Amino acid sequence: MPCRLKANCMKFVDEFREPALIVKTVDEIRRLAGTTRHYRIMEVCGGHTYAIYRFGLKDILPENIEFIHGPGCPVCVLPMGRIDDGLSIAQRPDVILAAFGDMMRVPGTQGSPLEHKARGMDVRIVYSPSDALKLARLHPEKHVVFFAIGFETTAPSTALTVMRAKAEGIHNFSVFCNHVTIIPAMRAILDSPDMRLDGFIGPGHVSTVIGCRPYEWIAQDQGKPIVVSGFEPLDMLQSIVMLLRQLNAGECKVENQYQRVVPWEGNRAALRAMAEVFELRPSFEWRGLGFISQSALMINDKYAEWDAEKRFELPGIRVTDPTAAQCGEVLKGVLKPHQCRLFGRECTPERPVGALMVSSEGSCAAYHNYEHRKAALTSLSASA
Amino acid sequence: MCLAIPGKILDCEEASGARTARVQFGGIVRQVSLDFVPEAGVGDYVVVHVGVAISRVNREEAERTCQLLGAMGITED
Ligand code: SF4
Repeated sequence: MPCRLKANCMKFVDEFREPALIVKTVDEIRRLAGTTRHYRIMEVCGGHTYAIYRFGLKDILPENIEFIHGPGCPVCVLPMGRIDDGLSIAQRPDVILAAFGDMMRVPGTQGSPLEHKARGMDVRIVYSPSDALKLARLHPEKHVVFFAIGFETTAPSTALTVMRAKAEGIHNFSVFCNHVTIIPAMRAILDSPDMRLDGFIGPGHVSTVIGCRPYEWIAQDQGKPIVVSGFEPLDMLQSIVMLLRQLNAGECKVENQYQRVVPWEGNRAALRAMAEVFELRPSFEWRGLGFISQSALMINDKYAEWDAEKRFELPGIRVTDPTAAQCGEVLKGVLKPHQCRLFGRECTPERPVGALMVSSEGSCAAYHNYEHRKAALTSLSASA
Repeated sequence: MCLAIPGKILDCEEASGARTARVQFGGIVRQVSLDFVPEAGVGDYVVVHVGVAISRVNREEAERTCQLLGAMGITED
């Protein structure tokens, strides 16, 4: 479909926001969903959670389609102890801590990176791992630690940066590695006894790297359909159509709705970079899900010099979340965001208690912003 | 976090084994690594995440998805 040449036309974006097609696709979803059956669909990726609220998909879909928000928000699943560990490295006067903007407001026991910055800590926001390396080149008298978070979408970029640091002989740079992998988390969710799910909307950009094969066990062994999906409204609606067709026909397959971006085999060059620099951690703690074996990456011995965990002493203390916070239950999909007892009262995007209220992809923040917009719209139409 | 957006490659350059490009996203232009998309060239659209292109957008597949969407409710059961 040709993109109509509007002033700000975004190719491969606008086509997937076409209002007339949205209406038609929602009609098709209504027809397929009928009224007798309830569908519980987990969107694994935080980017999808964000899209569901941002585009108001919840409002246009039939009520018997329920979204369960998954664990695919890297900031949200990082336990508080790891944030404290990262900040403890940055206490050293010779260290610059470089982190993504998403990390800045995540609460640690003694406050967020942003609050530490206000108290004088040298914390910088970077857009990419290579920007952190640039900081190291600019400040040879300092040591730059990159606070790496993210799933397989982000890990290859960190790997590439570490390889570059080694190739260029940059020694005042290291990575505090918190990269996690999506498959073990999905397994943990499917194994948890209180979880009932009918199918998955699979993570689009993680799959760009890992491909679609790693999901085959979900269809084959767990009997659940999964559709890897793009992030525009029509991508997600089409994925729901594909899921409903499978469910209604009693099928369970891995399907790829996002073929324009996700090759079935993933991205070989990115996978190669990850294999070069990382190895699996025996076990890693996830907020809400607990310790999951082989669910995270660490820097291997070949690149030990660029591993902040090997260069610096870490307290490594486990911190439990504030007891009133119910992030764990929300992360597991047992509670909806607004059912947490702190939601919208003690915990708001302005003053977050849990990480799910920080990142725009965290389900609490996404839900909170959406409710606000909706309330604003209602009051507008009431006063009109 | 895993947000990645499609942009158009304006020009490429290669220096000390690393391939980079200027990529345009709407009105913004950014320097992007092409190390993971060796097949991408000028005029191609790539999906970029934290400064690195992780996929080249496949035009034929994009067309096919649009056609499937256009046919929604007409051809299917
Ligand atoms: S409202 Fe706040 S405390 Fe409650 S689950 Fe969400 S982020 Fe955690």
